[in-house]
Amino acid sequence: MKVTLDQDACVASGQCVMAAAEVFDQRDEDGIAVLLDETPAAEHADGVRQAAAVCPALAIAIED
Amino acid sequence: MTTTHEAPAYPMSRAAGCPFDPPPDLAALAAEAPLTRVRLWDGSTPWLVTRYAEQRALLADPRVSADVTRPGYPLPAQPRQESSPDDEPKRRPSLSFILMDDPEHARQRRMVTSAFAVKRIAALRPAVQSIVDDLLDEMLAGPRPVDLVEAFALPVPSLVICQLLGVPYAEHDFFQANSRTIIRRTATAAERTAAMGALTGYLDELMATKLAEPADDLLSQLAERVRAGELTRRYAAEMGVLLLIAGHETTANMIALGTLALLEHPEQLAILRDSDDPAVVASAVEELLRYLHITHNGRRRVALTDIEIGGVTIRAGDGIIAANDIGNRDPAAFEDPDRLDVRRDARHHVAFGFGIHQCLGQPLARLELDVVYGTLYRRVPTLALATTLDEIPFKHDGSVYGVYELPVTW
Repeated sequence: MKVTLDQDACVASGQCVMAAAEVFDQRDEDGIAVLLDETPAAEHADGVRQAAAVCPALAIAIED
Repeated sequence: MTTTHEAPAYPMSRAAGCPFDPPPDLAALAAEAPLTRVRLWDGSTPWLVTRYAEQRALLADPRVSADVTRPGYPLPAQPRQESSPDDEPKRRPSLSFILMDDPEHARQRRMVTSAFAVKRIAALRPAVQSIVDDLLDEMLAGPRPVDLVEAFALPVPSLVICQLLGVPYAEHDFFQANSRTIIRRTATAAERTAAMGALTGYLDELMATKLAEPADDLLSQLAERVRAGELTRRYAAEMGVLLLIAGHETTANMIALGTLALLEHPEQLAILRDSDDPAVVASAVEELLRYLHITHNGRRRVALTDIEIGGVTIRAGDGIIAANDIGNRDPAAFEDPDRLDVRRDARHHVAFGFGIHQCLGQPLARLELDVVYGTLYRRVPTLALATTLDEIPFKHDGSVYGVYELPVTW
């Protein structure tokens, strides 16, 4: 699984951190999402898929 | 195409005896088509978007605008009559950046998002738990029956948002009353103008205090932006009003209406009360957000260009209303959607909206509801309604749904 995150599109809803805290974090200054791991392990795959599905800004893309 | 006189009036009324369900006429429209023309108070006929997939697609579409000053924007009521401040050439009912487009929307929103980051909010859990515990101690030591709204549902989020923003809680009667007027559908434009003026004036004075004596709170952070010339004091005050209203009204209604829904579904309440698994509480929070969907005025936009969706063409300048309450009951997104099931996975609901304007306070709302739903029914296992369902005053006239009073005993 390869993940990309568009920080310009991100609206800092925090949905991705709630879905997969091991893979996403937020910047201290403005809450914009940060991708911690571009190729997350299989155990985080479901969380990452949920993060992409609930991101209100459609800022997360996944390549399997 | 539907002509003007055939379009049904929106918003619609809920059925008597079904206080948790969206209006039956709304459900009927959703069953018919994903988009339908409806008629508003001013005779305009925007598109009502009734299905989950089309709602998400449109709310996330950059070809739609949330700018309330654009012609065609579907106004929920006669606009407030505010005088334009010097730095604001256009008429604009002030509810801050939720009624603006990017890039200004993003610039202003990003000034406050750090305070609502998931980890920052998670750190508030002990403080929220302590507020909840203290209020319950007080309530349980007092007389029965009690109005749960006044004793618990409204003070919890009011105390929390006051702490976060740096607003003195002692003023709660003042800001709660004015908030209620602003979101009441039946309030006149003059009443809403006066209430918004009072709140904006109050936040403007508070901003002056924070400029003079900064503290460790969100209003002081905004004051710093004013000092740096990145934000006018007027905009800062408007942002404060938005956060204050959004921060206490919505959550208060979710606490009281959520409790009523659980009392009316005792088998669901039992699951929550008898489990010490945090995942069960978290799942119940999402399901109650989905099932109750308290913001029942629809999320409003206007099309910037022609958009083809759901078998129709929305023309540039057409108003768009995403009725997310009925979207959360879409069988294509949620199995058996009219059933309250606290164990289901409801995480993909649209109770907080969708797109760039999705609720920025959602981590705080989730935390408050998590602590409340996880504490109240375990601390007060015999909690019961002290009246009958038909005696309860529901907020049919509010843009945010809920109950005005909830008499309970134990």
